[in-house]
Parts: sequence; C-alpha cells; structure tokens
Amino acid sequence: MPRKSVKKSPASATKVDHALVQRMYTQMVRIREFEEAVKRTFIEHPGVIRGHAHLGDGAEASIVGALSTRRESDFVMPSYRCHGYPIVLGTPLRKMMAEVFGRKDGLCQGFGGSMHLADPSRYFPGTSGIIGQSIAHATGAALSAQVKNDGQIVYCFFGDGAAKQGAFFESLNMAAIWKLPIVYVLENNQYQAYTHFSLEDANAMAGDPLSKKADAFSIPGATVDGTDPMAVFRIVAKAADRARAGKGPSLVETKFYRLSAHGNVITVPPLPTQFPEHEAVAVYGNKKEFEHWKSKDPVARLRARLLKDRVLTEASAKRIESSARAEIEDAVQFALASPAPAPEEALKYVYA
Amino acid sequence: MAREMMYGDAIAAAIIEEMQRDPSVVFYGQNMAMTERDPMLKRFGRERVRIAPISETAEIGIGIGAALTGLRPIVELWMSEFMLVAFDQVINEAPRFRYMSGGQVSVPVVLKAGYGFCAGWAGQHSNCIYHTMMGIPGLKVVVPSTPADAKGLMAAAIRDDNPVVYLHPYMLTLDKGEVPDGEYLVPLGVADIKRPGKDVTIVAVGWMVTKALAAAERLSGEGVSVEVVDPRTLAPLDVKTIVESVRRTGRAVLVDQAPRHSSAAAVIAGEIAEHAFGSLKAPVRMVTALDTPIPYSEPLENFVVPNEEKIVQAVRSVMAHEAVAA
Repeated sequence: MPRKSVKKSPASATKVDHALVQRMYTQMVRIREFEEAVKRTFIEHPGVIRGHAHLGDGAEASIVGALSTRRESDFVMPSYRCHGYPIVLGTPLRKMMAEVFGRKDGLCQGFGGSMHLADPSRYFPGTSGIIGQSIAHATGAALSAQVKNDGQIVYCFFGDGAAKQGAFFESLNMAAIWKLPIVYVLENNQYQAYTHFSLEDANAMAGDPLSKKADAFSIPGATVDGTDPMAVFRIVAKAADRARAGKGPSLVETKFYRLSAHGNVITVPPLPTQFPEHEAVAVYGNKKEFEHWKSKDPVARLRARLLKDRVLTEASAKRIESSARAEIEDAVQFALASPAPAPEEALKYVYA
Repeated sequence: MAREMMYGDAIAAAIIEEMQRDPSVVFYGQNMAMTERDPMLKRFGRERVRIAPISETAEIGIGIGAALTGLRPIVELWMSEFMLVAFDQVINEAPRFRYMSGGQVSVPVVLKAGYGFCAGWAGQHSNCIYHTMMGIPGLKVVVPSTPADAKGLMAAAIRDDNPVVYLHPYMLTLDKGEVPDGEYLVPLGVADIKRPGKDVTIVAVGWMVTKALAAAERLSGEGVSVEVVDPRTLAPLDVKTIVESVRRTGRAVLVDQAPRHSSAAAVIAGEIAEHAFGSLKAPVRMVTALDTPIPYSEPLENFVVPNEEKIVQAVRSVMAHEAVAA
C-alpha cells in the first residue's frame, strides 16, 4: 500500500558518526547501571521487589543499536524483559525504578511492576508477560500506523524463545500479507528461560541462523552480531527504511548473550529471593561458555573500541559512567522514599 | 423511524454506520470481503476492511495492539469456539493492559462471534462459552437477543473504550424485528425487562429470551404472570435490575443455553441468593443445557438444550412450591 513519506532514515549513512556512538555508549551504560541496581536491590533491600524481574544486561547493543534508527513517533513494543527500551526513550528513571519497587510514584502507579512497564506518551504502550503474545500486539500497532499513514513504524522486540510461539508465525504471516510497517528484532540471547536455544529451535539444530524463519514468510531476514551496536544499527536501519517505504516487515536476529539469569529465583514468601547464577553455570555446568560470552560484554567491548578509536578518552568515558551511576542511585533513593499505593486504589483502572 | 430488519442485518447496519462515523474503526476476519464486489469493501476500501488468515491469536492480538495505538478494530471471529485457540489474547491480554499500565492505555476492540449454533453442528461448534469470560475484570461481554439490541449494542460496543466480546446467538440470525434507523445505542451493562409480570421472574440469555417469552405467553393462559428479564450484557452484569425483579415477584427461573455449571445462570443464582434471599417464595430454578457435549443428531440435541416446555415446567414447579409451602 502506498505511503506518504519515503525518506530514508539517517542510519542509511554507513560512516561512523562520533556523536552517535557516544550517545549509544551513554545509553548502553545507563541500561547496564539500571539493571545492576535492580539486581543489587534483591540483596540490599530484600522484599522490595516482588514476583519476577527480568534483566536486559547483555542486550544493550541490540536495544540501543536498533532504537538509534528510530524516529520520534515510532512505536516500541518489547517483551516483559522491558527495562532497557524506555531508558532509551527518555522515560524518567525515577518513575521506572519506583514501578519496579511497586510504589505510588511508579510509572504505572504500582499496578504493573518490572514486567509491565508502559509509557504511551513515548510510544511505548505496554508489554505482555506471556511469551510471544506481544508480537501480535506490535503487529497491531503496525496496522494502526499503516491505516493512519503518517509515517510511523513499529519496533517489535522479542526473544529466541518467543520465536517458537504460534503468535510469532501468525503475526509475521499477517504482517507480510498486509505489508505492515514493522521491524521484528529477534533478540537471540541464547536461552529460552532455562533451556539453551540449540535444544528447542529447528533452525539452530540444523546449524542455521534463526533469521531463516523469515523465509517462511518470504520477507527479508538477517542475523547480526548483537554485541556490536553499530552493526545492529546498520542492519535495522535497512529494515526500518523498508518498513517506511511501505514494503513491509523484516526479521533481524541480533545474536548476543544474556548476562544474568532468566530472572530472580522463584521462591515462596517469606523466603528471600535474588538472582541465581546464569543457567549456563547453574543448569549446564558450563562455566567456559559463560566466561567466553562475558568476555564479549557489549558495554565493555564498545568502551574499549571507543578508547582505541579515540572517540572517547578514559576521562570522558568515566564521566559518562559516573553520571549514569549517579542518575540510577538517585532513582533508587527516589523509589525507596516513594510511598506504597493506598490499598483501595486496586479498584481503579479495571474499566476505562 | 424504525423498520423491520433481520438480526444479522441489524449487526451489519451498526458496523456500517459506525465505520461511516469514525474513520478509526476497522473490520477484518477470515473469509470476508474476498472479492471487490463486497459491499463493505466497496464502501470503506482495503485499508479498513481486510481478509485475515486462519490465525486467531494474531487476529485478536493485532486487534489489541491496534486498539492500544489509536484504532477501534472489530474482529470477525465467526464462532465463539474459535476464540478458544487464542484464549490468552481474550482473557489474559486484552483486559489486562489498562490495569497493568495504571490506567495509561485502553483497548477499544470488539471481538464478534456467533455462538450456540444448535442446528446439527455437533460437539465443537454449538457451545456457549460466555461464562468463562463474564468473570474476567476488564472484559465486557454482550449477548443481544433482538435485532434492535443487536444494532444498539454493537454500536455501543464499538464506541466503548474497553475490550468487548460481542456474542450473537446464531439461531437468531434470521429473526426479524423493529430496528430504529440511524444512530441507535443500547448502553452496555443495562438489563432490559422484555415482558413485565408479577408472579415469577425469568432471567434468560440470548436465544433463550425468545423461548422464555414464548413460555411466558403460554403461562399467561394458565393465569401465571411472568416477568422476562434479559441481562443483554453479562459483564458488567446488571445485578440491580435482576434482583429488584426477583424481590417483586419472589420467584426466579434462570434460563441459559450453557451447561449448568458453566452458565451465566449459575452466577445470577449466586447474586439472587445473596441479595434477594428474604424475598424468595421458592428455590431458584435453573433451566440449562444438560451436562453433556452437544450431540449431532436432532432428537439428541433437542433433548440436551433448554426449550419452551422445560421452561414452562420449571415455572409451574416454582409456582407449585408456594402452594405446597402454604
């Protein structure tokens, strides 16, 4: 279907833009520091975070690389592992942390928690905690964008586990037949909850990349090093350009490694919970695998590269890091000080 | 002005009028608008009237995502059982977003499906599954029983800012009735007294409303004055109208095409027990489908599903109870 504007995104330029990579590094550090703070909370303030929290450490290059191609009003629809995206969109970290802590000043006033952040004012309408189902919702946002025809596209993020859900196959088929403006970012962090993807993915078992699934829908598919934000940026830019040009969806597999366990240990109150060791070690006893990927930590890797290429100095890198740490510490203190919601608030928001 | 219209046409009239009124309304489903001759397609074009593959999870999920981001989708699902393959989307996605976001978003999607097709469709296409959905906070469930209600409730469902499951009894599709022309809205959550009476209240759902009205007519010949209450919306349920009616008559017969324990009648019986106990002159009677799957062969099917005769018998029994007790 014809589209009004077919301008290429700025990302089409392949030349590395220093200001851009500096911004990327800053955002990646902010995500990492936020996730580290959430993880520490389980130890420093036991009981403050309830239920299940899922961290995006390891995904920073994929998140930031992809979203650096985004325009102001494009929708962002991630899964329940959702902290990183609103950080990039500019959602106040105080409100995010207060939501993770279940406080009144939280982004969703304590109704959603870690898995269900939402900031519709920044085109982030919410998430589903049921794996894979949000792929259909993102596809629906792309239907909105197409019908409204004002140049918006959708960035849909989901994991390798979600790519085995019926919602994935049904949604990509519909996006393809309707030529919807959407980029599907399959974040292959290598573990479907606790199971290594090589044990539950037909493409992986055959030695193929997961992006081969795109062939089933006759749409472009590509696999990219998800620890390199510039590589992600370039390939997602192409997919975004395609979506903006009205040519339909693409599937990009960003391959990286989740650096924390799937989530905090599932325990029954009043037993305290915290993050266990990564599944590679805890389940499979494969410390070597974990150490290998830890050495490819996207944040550390980008830092080293930027210092080597003289895009950043040691001092300027440290400034970025200490500023992020201060920002997150402020968010933690704000969230700890925020009151709990009044119990009867629970009756609000059932119906619009 | 009003004119006579078939139930099925009344639904279509509401959809067409709302699509004319509001460009954010889109309509899609399987096996619809397949050729350029389709009247909806001619009127509104491929952007707003679409063919979907057999993919209920994506169809409903896309409806939710589109509703979250500014459209008002109507998803044609044809038969309510087809929702079962995508029940996560119906039960655990659509009604959760507003609440989980602390009221920041809303999901104005209409899931349209026929139900209870008792015409030899056997075990998997003849069921009534509304009970499962009427207990889900955040989800609205509508079951119109007349062409006028079919139109007014569809228009109201499309304008509602919540996810609405719009269930139409397939057996009423060809029934005719007076339908108001132009804009006509029936508010969600408001029951309708389809026939006033003073001796016994029948609360009937969907197709069963027509059976209850026929039974009421027969019983009036026996000197029994029957009030027929049609909830019209099962969620939110208009408990007040139902309870007030039972307090007036002192007797309640609940008629529902679903099996006993998965019926709306079971929920309504609970509300009556709690809120109208002191007014009851006889135990509440439920006339529901028998506890079997729906069989294929006609005499088997007729045996299982409630009919006018069973309703008449139930009313006579609650009337007789008082006579015995007195």
